[in-house]
Formats: sequence, structure tokens, C-alpha cells
Amino acid sequence: MTILRPPVTNGELHRLMSLMTGDEKHSAAATSTLDVLHVLYDRVLHVDPAHPDDPARDRFLLSKGHGPMAYYAVLAAHGFLDEAELPGWATHGSRLGLHPDRTLIPGVEIGSGSLGHGLPLAMGTALGLRARRITRPDGGPRVVVLVGDAELDEGSNHEAIAYAGRRGLANLTAVVVDNVSSTHGWPGLWTETGLAERFLVEGWRAITVDGRDHDAVELALDAAHDDRPLAVVARVEPKEAS
Amino acid sequence: MTATLAVPTTMREAFLHAAADLVHADDRVALVLADISAGADPVPALAARHPDRVVNVGIREQLMVGVAGGLALAGVRPIVHSYAPFAVERPYEQLKVDLGHQGSGAVLVSIGASYDVGSGGRTHEAPEDVALIDTLPGWTVHVPGHPDEADRLVRDAVAADGLVYLRLSDATNAAPHHGAGLVTVRRGTEGVVVAVGPVLDTVLAAVARAGRDLTVLYTTTPRPFDAAGLRAAVDALAPKHAAAPTVTVVEPYLAGTSARVVAEALADRPHRQVMLGTRREELRLYGTRAEHDAAHGLDVRQVADAL
Repeated sequence: MTILRPPVTNGELHRLMSLMTGDEKHSAAATSTLDVLHVLYDRVLHVDPAHPDDPARDRFLLSKGHGPMAYYAVLAAHGFLDEAELPGWATHGSRLGLHPDRTLIPGVEIGSGSLGHGLPLAMGTALGLRARRITRPDGGPRVVVLVGDAELDEGSNHEAIAYAGRRGLANLTAVVVDNVSSTHGWPGLWTETGLAERFLVEGWRAITVDGRDHDAVELALDAAHDDRPLAVVARVEPKEAS
Repeated sequence: MTATLAVPTTMREAFLHAAADLVHADDRVALVLADISAGADPVPALAARHPDRVVNVGIREQLMVGVAGGLALAGVRPIVHSYAPFAVERPYEQLKVDLGHQGSGAVLVSIGASYDVGSGGRTHEAPEDVALIDTLPGWTVHVPGHPDEADRLVRDAVAADGLVYLRLSDATNAAPHHGAGLVTVRRGTEGVVVAVGPVLDTVLAAVARAGRDLTVLYTTTPRPFDAAGLRAAVDALAPKHAAAPTVTVVEPYLAGTSARVVAEALADRPHRQVMLGTRREELRLYGTRAEHDAAHGLDVRQVADAL
């Protein structure tokens, strides 16, 4: 189910985003998830727009559903969306809202927008794939959920982080895009950013990387974590004060 | 594993044994718990046998519903269970977003009802649960009045698709009355009384005490409401009553929860609604379930007076 297609370039993604934003250049906030999404869809996820419901596909859950332009751009670049739909996004009749709806867009695994729902849903999906014994020869499928550092304020995430660690859910990966937007922050005892520690103490493997460095993000997502879930903290520029 | 009890004594026991049968028989059925009932027979044995499909998340009810939503996305039919305040009220947004908004199905089974834990106080009372569920689209609501009904409804709900809420109670009628929609238990000419779940025996005694010639309809399925069944029962009354009927609904939860559906069913004629159920104000009472019934006007004498 590997799809051979030329790698998607940064320029291509910015062009697709421009169809929605009208801007040639995009702020750091608008692109906080862009590089992680780029790496996931280009190098990591086994997903196929021709078979978006394949039971053995990898699952990508965008929990942080705000500002989905980067997500829609990546989906369009990878054949899940027709780019002709992008300019009309967020208008009446469009399938593409300010927050994505899984029932409207093939390849979108969850409807999101309300924060703190993706990680529990990802946990349940990972448990369900295990319960149904759905496997691939390469060890997949895996379930990857993207959350934001401010989103982790929501307590529901911590219910999931604790239980996923105890349960040793190795087919679950959380990518935390850290743009330092949590109001009260995540102080760390041992590291500059305490986000990874929240996962480590609960029994996850946790790796902090430069969220703009594609090779580093890929390496972290491929890190071995046989018996435990994996958290990748992807640090990007701090969000401007709003 | 044959977990079914010959004679389940409570709805909770009937549910847990039915759930165990279903998890054991079908590898697409899972039981998701947040500690409540995790230690109750036959759950520990079931969990040991099917550790992937008996998921106890600990005291984490948001996660309980979120995990159920994820299981459903992976093609599993989740059965989710806790006390009503922790199954419906605390994770209400998870019911909306993690199940309904995702287009997923689940079977949500509560215990405790309005005040089964009679001395438990407000934190363990959930008379609002059916009204809350009723604000969300697509849910079927079952309120069984007997353990045999609970057993059958659980099995049917798990076999079906979609979103089902089962509200179990320690309060029961003497005998089961199976059937879809509104089941006619007594035919009369002067008016219609709808009894939901475990209040049926009280309603029948109250009708006898009041000496009124009333039709009594019973349902374990207040949602979707059997509007056609109500209209048919009203049409069968004496003509002057059929033209402008009095419809009394006795529900074991918040009074008036079903006013909307009765109004919609009888939108074509003038009618009078009498809505009996638990009172809206917080009474701050402990004691037995019978004492709570009396305080909420749901004992035989007060229901008879209202008829």
C-alpha cells in the first residue's frame, strides 16, 4: 500500500495554503503544525487516498482542530482533497470548516475543534485495532494523534496519558506541537520544557525535537518504543500574543 | 462461558451477565468501565479472558467515553457503563463529540437512576439524565422496568447499530412487559396514562385507587417516542375525550421530560398534559427510595390524586 508519488515541497504546501488564506506568506502560528504534518504524510503514515477506509491503514487524528489550513493543504497535496475546494473553505456548503468533520472529508479520522478529545479517541482506536487483531507485516497500523501544548491544559488528556502509559499501548503515538501557548506553561524539573516529562513519568517514551527539522521529526517518529506509547514534542516558534 | 443467570435478581446483574455473554460471543463487542462494576461478578473473569475487550480505565469518565468513541472508530461496538451522573452528566460533551459528532454508535448503560442510592445525596442522583440525552440527536433511550426487560434490551441494543442509552434502576415492576413502543396494559375511555419503566405498578395501583376508567400505556422506550401509538390510544377513547384528551405521563426522572414529544404527537388537537416525575428543586433528602418517591409525589396516593 506504499504510494509512489514525488515528495511534496514546502513551496507546494504554501501555495495550497494561500488558496485558503489569500496570503503569500504565512505566520508561524498558521504553520505551527505544517512541518509535522508534512513529515507525517510524506514519510511516516501508511495512508492511501484510493482506500481511505482500509482497516489496516495508519490513523492520523488531528486533535488540535483549530487553524486547519495546514492540514487541508497537506490532505490536498496527498490526494485526499481536490485543491479546487480550498478557496471556498469555511463557507456555507463547503466540506471544509474552521474545524474538520470526519463525516465530510475522506481520510479525516476525527471531527475536532473542541480541545482534549483526540488523545482519548486515539487511545480507543489503538485499543480497538489491537482487540480486532488488525496488523501489517511492518508492525502497523499505528495511531498518531496531534495535540497542542495549550490543548494539554484540558484534563481529559491527562486521563489518557496516564492510562495509555499503564496499558503499554505501543501502537499509539502523540505528537505535541509546542508553540509555548499554554497560559500557565509546563515547567520541567529535568529539561528546558516540561512537556516530555508529563509523558515520561507515566511510562511513555518521550522525545523532544525541533519541530521545523524534518529529519529530526521523522527520526523521532520512527524511534523504537516496543512496549510503550511514544510522545514526540515538536518545538516551534512561540505563538505571538493575541 | 455461559454467564447468564437463570433468574437475574437485579437489572444490574442482568446487564452484567448479558454483557459478558456478548463480549464472549462476539470479538467486535467491548465493555468499557471506569471502575464501577469492574469487581462485580462476572466482570473479573470476563476481563481475565478478554483483556483487550474489557477495558477499565480507572476513575476517568471522560476517558471512558472517549475510548469508547475510539473503539467505535476501529469497528468495535462499545458498551459503556457507570452510575448515571458519571455516565451522562460528567462526560456529556464526550457523548456529543466523541460519539455523536463522529457518527459513531455505542451502548451506554447507567445504574443508580434518580435516587436508587437513597442516602447518597445529590451527587449520586441523576433525574436529569434522560432530558440531557434527549438534547442530543439520534439516541434511543430504554428505561426497563424489570430485569428480564433489561436483559433483552441490552442484547438487542448491542446487536443493533447507533446510539442507545439504557437507564437501569433498582426499582422494578412485579412482572416484565416486553414490546416495542407503547404497550397497552389497560384499556379505558376517559384518558390516557403513559407509564415509563419501573413506575408501571404504581400507576396501575393509582388508577385503581382513583376509580378512573383510563387507558394505561407502558413503555421501556421513551425515545424515540411512539407518537403513532399514543395517537391510536387517544383515538380509541370515548369521542369527547378523543377530541380533547388528557394525557398523563409518569416518568421516574425529571417531570416534563416527555412534554415535548407528547405535544408533537398530539399537535393536531387540543389536549391537556399532566406531567409527573421527579421535582426540579433539590430536596436535600436522604433515606429510602420509597421516601424519595413520596417526596417527589410519585407514590400511589399522590399519583392517584393527580389522575
